[in-house]
Amino acid sequence: MSELRELYQEVILDHGKSPRNFGKPPAVTGESHGHNPLCGDTITIYVDVANDVVTDIGFEGRGCAISMASASMMTEMLRGKSRDEVEAMFAEFHALVASTEPACEAGFETPDLDKLIVLAGVREFPMRVKCATLPWHTMKAALEGESEEITTE
Amino acid sequence: MNTAPAQRLDNSAATAPFDAERVRADFPILSRTVHDKPLTFLDSGASAQKPRQVIDAISRCYEAEYANIHRGVYELSAKATEAYEGARARVQRFVNARSPNEIVFTKGTTEAINLVATSWGGAFLGEGDEVVLSMLEHHANIVPWQLLRERTGIVLKVVPTDENGAFLLDAYEALVGPRTKLVALTHVSNVLGTVVPVAEVVRIARANGAKVLVDGAQGIVHQPVDVQALDVDFYCFSGHKLYGPSGIGVLYGKEALLAAMPPYQGGGDMIERVTFERTTFAPPPARFEAGTPPIAGTVGLHAAIDYVASFDPAAVAAHEHDLLAYATERLSALNSVRLYGTAPGKAAIVSFTMDDVHPHDIGTILDRAGVAVRVGHHCAQPLMDHFDIAGTVRASFGLYNTRADVDRLIDGLDEVREIFG
Ligand SMILES: Cc1ncc(COP(=O)(O)O)c(C=O)c1O
Repeated sequence: MSELRELYQEVILDHGKSPRNFGKPPAVTGESHGHNPLCGDTITIYVDVANDVVTDIGFEGRGCAISMASASMMTEMLRGKSRDEVEAMFAEFHALVASTEPACEAGFETPDLDKLIVLAGVREFPMRVKCATLPWHTMKAALEGESEEITTE
Repeated sequence: MNTAPAQRLDNSAATAPFDAERVRADFPILSRTVHDKPLTFLDSGASAQKPRQVIDAISRCYEAEYANIHRGVYELSAKATEAYEGARARVQRFVNARSPNEIVFTKGTTEAINLVATSWGGAFLGEGDEVVLSMLEHHANIVPWQLLRERTGIVLKVVPTDENGAFLLDAYEALVGPRTKLVALTHVSNVLGTVVPVAEVVRIARANGAKVLVDGAQGIVHQPVDVQALDVDFYCFSGHKLYGPSGIGVLYGKEALLAAMPPYQGGGDMIERVTFERTTFAPPPARFEAGTPPIAGTVGLHAAIDYVASFDPAAVAAHEHDLLAYATERLSALNSVRLYGTAPGKAAIVSFTMDDVHPHDIGTILDRAGVAVRVGHHCAQPLMDHFDIAGTVRASFGLYNTRADVDRLIDGLDEVREIFG
């Protein structure tokens, strides 16, 4: 039960139930679709980038609590960040949820990122890691202007 | 369960109660734990577990009687060929085909359907010919026909379903017409458990001169199948859902139809005579069995059929019906649960969603309680679209399930509610 509690923390359930930045922002410079063929989850990420800075970001889609929460928290975190900062956060987030090293709470380069530590619970659920990472991969594609659909496979 | 010693039922013992505890003892995997909980296996619809009898038969094959089949002049090869053809004869009796030549071994249901679509469809269907499917189909009985459509210009017609997921016979009858060349339907829906009335389907198809293919991947598991009584042209199923190994399946086809069909794949074992100018093909079933088949797989399938056939079908049906009724009752009592698939006379498969909780999250929480269910679209996306959902949680029951399994599922769902509030 404790690993489950670790996975489904209040913050995650809250973001999952009432995701922030849900919807298409008024201005959009890039968007990308993500899809998890395994469970049918879909997500669309919209970004508005000016001078290499994410000025606005939003998402739409349907999926499990983990993917919705991950998308919601990600959008909260990325507004105002430069491309380089986003890149660094992406790498750190990936290490947080997908690596087998112990999650290091103090070691984030990006101060905000410690908010995402709640998602580290997916490490104990290998089948669910992709739920957490799909929004991030999709966001990256939206930033880079890729039109190919992102899938977890 | 200290009951009478002669528990294994034969057809003469039609009234003896079904002893699920006894059955459970035959399945070694059921005694293992998952996340320190006893395994509650409710995913037989995806693939059933294997009884000791099947596992032993496969071991024995490799330990004592294995060699490649046909062509070999030595003792072991003769024995292996005998076992392979013996399995074919066993399948023939199991589905009551007229001849073993009507039984083609395939990798499974998927390959059986692809074989018919490619070979029979490719040879006998053309532009504008209609193939009738239903909303209940598994992707395995949709995509092969779409591929054929790309090659030949056939037209696909889809029988709709209603809010109960019932097969609508009237709608089907209205769709079948003079251009209908084939009706290809699932016997039992893998998502909802809906049973398609195959005999009536065939009667209406015949009246319009159409052939009938039945996807029996789920159907063969939940009831005895007599292909002659049903009068179907093709019947496809997989060994692994019938308590046998994966990698082996069956295409039943009427002999005259198979004889008229061109080969599906080319290679060894399917020829009569090969020269570089011209090759003549073996008659069915060999014509459709190019290459070395899963030899031990057929031995395992043989054992699985012997195993399944050792039970009184009426007792099995009563057992599965009891599980279905009990699961339906307990799930219906949960306010947050919505059941999908409530057609009368359905097989022991229940699909449901839970208010605002995604099936994937439910699956993860149930798994930690040792309960194995399938979550998602179940390879039936058109059916999910019909209900406008991304997926369901599906519990499918087998010989070895008991009411205690249902109770553990319900306890797991209580935990879901606890976590999600
Ligand atoms: C109704 C139905 N048809 C076809 C299939 C495909 O069977 P297989 O994967 O064994 O070829 C399945 C199995 O999932 C099924 O449930």
